[in-house]
Amino acid sequence: MDWQLVAESFWPLLRGGLIGTMPLALASFAIGLVVALLVALLRLSPNPVLSWVGRAYISLIRGTPLLVQLFIIFYGLPQLGIRIDPWPSAIIAFSMNVGGYAAEVVRAAILSVPKGQWEAGWTVGMSPARTLGRIILPQAARVSVPPLSNTFISLVKDTSLATLILVTEMFRIAQQIAAFSNEFLLIYTEAALIYWMFCTVLSTGQNVLEKRLDRYVAH
Amino acid sequence: MSPTDRTPLLTARGIEKSFGANHVLRGVDLDVRRGDVVALIGASGSGKTTVLRSLNGLETPDAGVLELAGGPVVDFGAQAAAAGPGWFGNRTARAAAKANRAALRDRSAMVFQHHNLFPHRTVLENVIEGPCQVQGVPRATATGRAEELLARVGLTEKRDAYPHQLSGGQQQRVGIVRALALQPDLLLFDEPTSALDPELVGEVLTVMKELADEGWTMVVVTHELSFARQVANQVLFLDGGVVVEHGTPEQIFTAPAEERTRRFLDRILHPLD
Ligand SMILES: Nc1ncnc2c1ncn2[C@@H]1O[C@H](COP(=O)(O)OP(=O)(O)OP(=O)(O)O)[C@@H](O)[C@H]1O
Ligand SMILES: [Mg+2]
Repeated sequence: MDWQLVAESFWPLLRGGLIGTMPLALASFAIGLVVALLVALLRLSPNPVLSWVGRAYISLIRGTPLLVQLFIIFYGLPQLGIRIDPWPSAIIAFSMNVGGYAAEVVRAAILSVPKGQWEAGWTVGMSPARTLGRIILPQAARVSVPPLSNTFISLVKDTSLATLILVTEMFRIAQQIAAFSNEFLLIYTEAALIYWMFCTVLSTGQNVLEKRLDRYVAH
Repeated sequence: MSPTDRTPLLTARGIEKSFGANHVLRGVDLDVRRGDVVALIGASGSGKTTVLRSLNGLETPDAGVLELAGGPVVDFGAQAAAAGPGWFGNRTARAAAKANRAALRDRSAMVFQHHNLFPHRTVLENVIEGPCQVQGVPRATATGRAEELLARVGLTEKRDAYPHQLSGGQQQRVGIVRALALQPDLLLFDEPTSALDPELVGEVLTVMKELADEGWTMVVVTHELSFARQVANQVLFLDGGVVVEHGTPEQIFTAPAEERTRRFLDRILHPLD
């Protein structure tokens, strides 16, 4: 085994993860959560048209491959004169995707908060929007941490698809080093280990977050 | 203030409400004067909660008129007819109906059967939420008032506790303080003690009696007949969505005129016979 190559490639790969993979995943996840909240609210709307729009969005996102969504935005849209750079393309595709998957999580979490909480917000004088923001979402957040963590961890791994629309993230760097050195097994295994490292750290973060949010929940 | 020179606060006439095919309220009348303590009694499913929720805008009746001194006056039937059906009706009329609902809510405050405290907020935060977030009371002022109210119900030390750290009776007292902090004209209680362990009932009823003595106007749905008897000045017996009998506690409890009232009281007072 070429230990020197392992050592020499470690930093470029890790760096690709830190300045490519993670920022891409974090930005997409943050925007994706906003999309998810909006779509969840559409779904929950008593207005049948809005509710249908939400349902259609979720169905389209979940019923089509992420890679195809990426390609439509990066390679397809230019034919309509819409040219978007690799990074923004990737962020748009990933956040729309997260929005579709997380919408159902957010919707279920909102529904899991007892109806009495909405009524208490009402009697205290709050508008539905304020009740949602101050009373319902903080409680919904606790139940959605585990499923949303799964979404985020999946996203971290899925960002490797962005290499196919020319985004320089960890896997693209791995491909370049592998092609250059011909050590495919070694370099791709090393990349896999770094992905695994990131995901392990994130799982730990999830546990810490769950504990913190548990402090006001009865046991 | 003697009951006779109390000024009217709320008048309800012919309140009707259906849930689907279930015609729950079939024309309920209610007169509340300032300082009144009105007890709503009746069997399970008779519509007590629905009446109470209608007063707080939590439920919108299908017909009837609700008038609060100083506004609003809401004619539910006319309002529903103007708004039209579903989501595609008249926007202006729908907005007016919404405003009416909020206006009712702003005059009253509800104490729930299961307290419905905000679990992620401390006792103090629960109490000042409405004053600070909605009524625009400065935080320091609201905190001061909240502390006074908490002291009155003996919960000064629980100020920074979370609701799950309190006993059921303490939770319900915080629920009452949260309602008081809104400074409503009308306090609404929906069986505030029925979810409590028997030994905790007294501490909540004591607080409610003190509020009554101080002159708060209260409408109380309750199965605590001794409380109704000692504290209320009007008792309404509801059955099948109508007020079957209405009078002073003496009239209702010692000389009920209606057979249905008699049977109901009998069942509660002598459950084993
Ligand atoms: N949101 C709702 N949707 C459908 N039906 C409802 C709803 N709220 C109440 N009902 C029905 O209306 C009827 C009266 O209910 P309500 O809660 O007002 O009775 P109640 O007198 O308060 O009874 P309890 O003593 O059990 O609390 C019941 O048949 C109940 O099932
Ligand atoms: Mg009830």
